[in-house]
Amino acid sequence: MNRPTVISARSLTKAYGDLTAVDNISFDVPAGESFGLLGPNGAGKSTTMKMIGGVSQRTSGSLSIMGLDPETHGPEVRAHLGVVPQQDNLDEELRVRENLIVYGRYFGLPLRYLRPKADELLEFAQLTDKANSKVDALSGGMKRRLTIARSLINEPRILLLDEPTTGLDPQARHILWDRLFRLKESGVTLILTTHYMDEAEQLCDRLIVVDKGRIMAEGSPASLIREHSSREVLELRFGSERNATIGVELEGIGERLETLPDRVLIYAHDGESALEQVTARGLRPMTSLVRRSSLEDVFLRLTGRSLVD
Amino acid sequence: MSVLTGGHSATDLARERKFGSLYSRNARAVVGRGLMAAKSSTWLVLVSGFFEPVLFLLAMGVGMGSIVGTVQGPGGLEISYAAYIAPALLAVSAMNGAIYDSTWNVFFKMNFARLYQGMLYTSLGPLDVAIGEIFLALLRGLLYATGFTAVMGVMGLLTSWWAILVIPASVLIAFGFASFGMGITSFMKTFQQMDWINFFLLPMFLFSATFYPLSVYPQPIQWFIQAMPLWHGVELLRQISVGSFGPATAIHVGYYVVMIALGIMLTTGRLRQLFLK
Repeated sequence: MNRPTVISARSLTKAYGDLTAVDNISFDVPAGESFGLLGPNGAGKSTTMKMIGGVSQRTSGSLSIMGLDPETHGPEVRAHLGVVPQQDNLDEELRVRENLIVYGRYFGLPLRYLRPKADELLEFAQLTDKANSKVDALSGGMKRRLTIARSLINEPRILLLDEPTTGLDPQARHILWDRLFRLKESGVTLILTTHYMDEAEQLCDRLIVVDKGRIMAEGSPASLIREHSSREVLELRFGSERNATIGVELEGIGERLETLPDRVLIYAHDGESALEQVTARGLRPMTSLVRRSSLEDVFLRLTGRSLVD
Repeated sequence: MSVLTGGHSATDLARERKFGSLYSRNARAVVGRGLMAAKSSTWLVLVSGFFEPVLFLLAMGVGMGSIVGTVQGPGGLEISYAAYIAPALLAVSAMNGAIYDSTWNVFFKMNFARLYQGMLYTSLGPLDVAIGEIFLALLRGLLYATGFTAVMGVMGLLTSWWAILVIPASVLIAFGFASFGMGITSFMKTFQQMDWINFFLLPMFLFSATFYPLSVYPQPIQWFIQAMPLWHGVELLRQISVGSFGPATAIHVGYYVVMIALGIMLTTGRLRQLFLK
């Protein structure tokens, strides 16, 4: 497939005084792709999103959104964007359906288009029966869905989602993921930041791992795991006293060892056999768990730190 | 997509783009949002803003006026004390209405409701937001002014048909305060800082020749008060209310025209700095 590039960033840099929030990053996103920025808080994900939306001016580098520079063509670029910010900024003085219609008016869209569109989006967000409720009365998950519905009012070609499920309970997250997946299927380009590896694995075709404003790795979730981690991981807990010193005794088991304050991770192709080797050495962990490698492990490998701290 | 016709020089293009990221000619969407929000919000705030000057007029004009008797109005006319202070109170009410909308309301939307953040992620530019919000403030000012002028009429304080012009003049005054108020509010980060606005407004209300003529002050204080915006509003409305105009009338109007222009420049520049950084 030869899809056109909708976002192209070259040496994108944003500095706030001495702090370089985004440090010389380059990436391309083809139309219809679901592209993720994975990294811990403060990695520069939100700043990158703001520059794409044209609400933050870059310090240097170039950025093109569907051939336009968001800095000089802000309103035109944003006409094709849907934005779901990290914190909901719904209009609490308006009711649920009014939020959609008024937001559409900000794009200069006519009411004859907005009225049926609002109803369609309420249906999509499973909020039809809340159409005339106050925003206050919605749960966290409903507010998030309304924010996403609102971001779709102008039928955007690109949807920017900044930490879409942070702060939601597991059930609400799964409903949201389902909705986002449908959008992806309908051909909308998704750009999403997250510090949840499961979210990135579920939703992203391709992602960049960012830390301290720099790109550490780029690829599909599966290829990143293949490249930077083993197939399986054995997680052992020896108690917080012993975790730090047990490393020497575990040497030689698996491909690699990572000692965290609360647990020890052994990277191995076969986790079960690694566990057998541990017990064969007479070591008795308090708990043990064999699991598949995840993006969390990739991140740990690349940065020496965990994603959520 | 912008329609850029041929024959534009490079600087024209650059200017158009710079302006293009500020303004998308859609301030009416911001006004529409304000009206829709007002529909569901409490009318009590609106009503209280209307009654405040009416209560002052009753207490000071009718109450104190009964021991003051008549005073010399603009052009040397003898008028009742109530008729003397009523236009001043109207100017204060225009100021308060505009200030309420452009400061407290804007402060809340900016810092707590994150309303502007949402607006600026659409096709709207900061200038659309500024114009829309200021227009709403003026609409409130117009409502207050119309109501208060009606009260003045009922109380027999209007002696000239010219007096009907106090309504558009009040809107002019409201415009001056609203355009500046929003810009100043953009600097405020806490509620304590917002109190400084009241700290500035209250003395201006009391001492801007609202209740007695400017001539009671020594010359340097007179100059100071004449530099303040409310005094020009008070004098302008007082002159209109009795239909006595002079060269000073043009100066008062001019003062507000300049204030409006500077205020809009300040507000737009600040919104740009705050939201498009």
